[in-house]
Amino acid sequence: MTFLGDVLALARKDLLLELRSRDTVPAMLLFVVSTLVVFHFALPSDASATAETGLLWVALLFTALLGLVRAFVAEREERVLDGLVLAPCDRSAIWLGKVIGVMVFLMAAEVVALPAYALFFRPVGWELVAAVALADVGLAAVGTLLGAMAAAGRARELLLPLLFLPLVIPIVVGGVGASATGDPGRYLAFLGLYDAVFAILSWASFEYVVTE
Amino acid sequence: MSTSLRNNQNVVLAAAAGCLLLAGTALAFYWVPNAPIEGFRQRIFYFHVPIALTAYACFGWAAWKALRLLWTRERRYDLESYTAVHMGVIFGILTLVTGSIWARTSWGHWWVWGSRQLVLFLVLFLFYAAYFMLRYSVEPGPRRANMSAVYALFGVALIPISFLAIRLAEDLVHPVVFTHDVQSKLTGSQLLTFVVCLVGMLSLAGSFYVNELTGKRLDARLRELQEALQ
Repeated sequence: MTFLGDVLALARKDLLLELRSRDTVPAMLLFVVSTLVVFHFALPSDASATAETGLLWVALLFTALLGLVRAFVAEREERVLDGLVLAPCDRSAIWLGKVIGVMVFLMAAEVVALPAYALFFRPVGWELVAAVALADVGLAAVGTLLGAMAAAGRARELLLPLLFLPLVIPIVVGGVGASATGDPGRYLAFLGLYDAVFAILSWASFEYVVTE
Repeated sequence: MSTSLRNNQNVVLAAAAGCLLLAGTALAFYWVPNAPIEGFRQRIFYFHVPIALTAYACFGWAAWKALRLLWTRERRYDLESYTAVHMGVIFGILTLVTGSIWARTSWGHWWVWGSRQLVLFLVLFLFYAAYFMLRYSVEPGPRRANMSAVYALFGVALIPISFLAIRLAEDLVHPVVFTHDVQSKLTGSQLLTFVVCLVGMLSLAGSFYVNELTGKRLDARLRELQEALQ
């Protein structure tokens, strides 16, 4: 099989699993909407646009975290990862397949989260949609690599947020900046830069994380 | 390098660090003239900035050793990278403490979000503190060595990206209203004091590094022996 074929087969496996078991995406949807409702009560009624978009980004970050913690459950409990590493495919294909799966889950959550945000708080502009799309790439790329790392540890659910949050602070800066300031170009470019740097790094280093 | 020098590397480094830091302290307190605006308190610059640069050097060194590990798969680089991160975190905490003191004396607050270096070091501190969590949570072995190395490499990519992010966030959250009274061009006496302090701090970090590495190697050797006996 070619590299692309491997990637698609692996992504298809994740999506099929989710379609049959439905245990991640519905949880992410419920979580992101309830977080937005909680934020409504945490914010003063005259909160600024920056505060509201800031909280939207926090909600998206935690939703991504929720999906990432679930993403490696089967890999660990059913020892799928050991089998995948033995399979005659490029190891980075495992990473890319997982990234695609995680991104689809994230986008599914955002398709609900953004209209909910528009309904509860303020209208959603194209800058916010573009920033969210760019951020998804970075969140999935970095999160998948760190998820594979955390899956090898003892305290996985605890470890992943600790590894993940300091690394994605720049995404929050770029995301909030793009959607709350009049000059989104710089922030979108920054998000693109972040995606490029960390996607390449994760791609190149995933092999070392899953092999000895 | 001659054998005696290699064996006494630690002593040489420690002696150099002691002499240079003493000299640097003396120069900073008695020789350098007061800064025009900030006056006496600006002298913490000669400690704060060298400590921060030393922390960067440690993180860079850790990433270099991590790269060597992934490249050559030689196991000794794992401990070297780990030790360098360990030293980097110690100097990072010292940077936060000295920076906080400087912020307090200059601006009256212990923490100022407008100070880029301080915010960057807070992010780096959180990031590298998680490095220890990762190491403690994974079973020792080649896979842990690889993961730690990858994480250390992510650290050096995160430094410039975070710095850029913090600059961008300043326009977003609040404009910079304060800057430290550090002239863009240091005068001769200031530069000399700064260099003495910087080299002193670097040798201090080097001496800590060599010492800690010996201890960690001994520890690892002991554990291997223990396992062989069981």
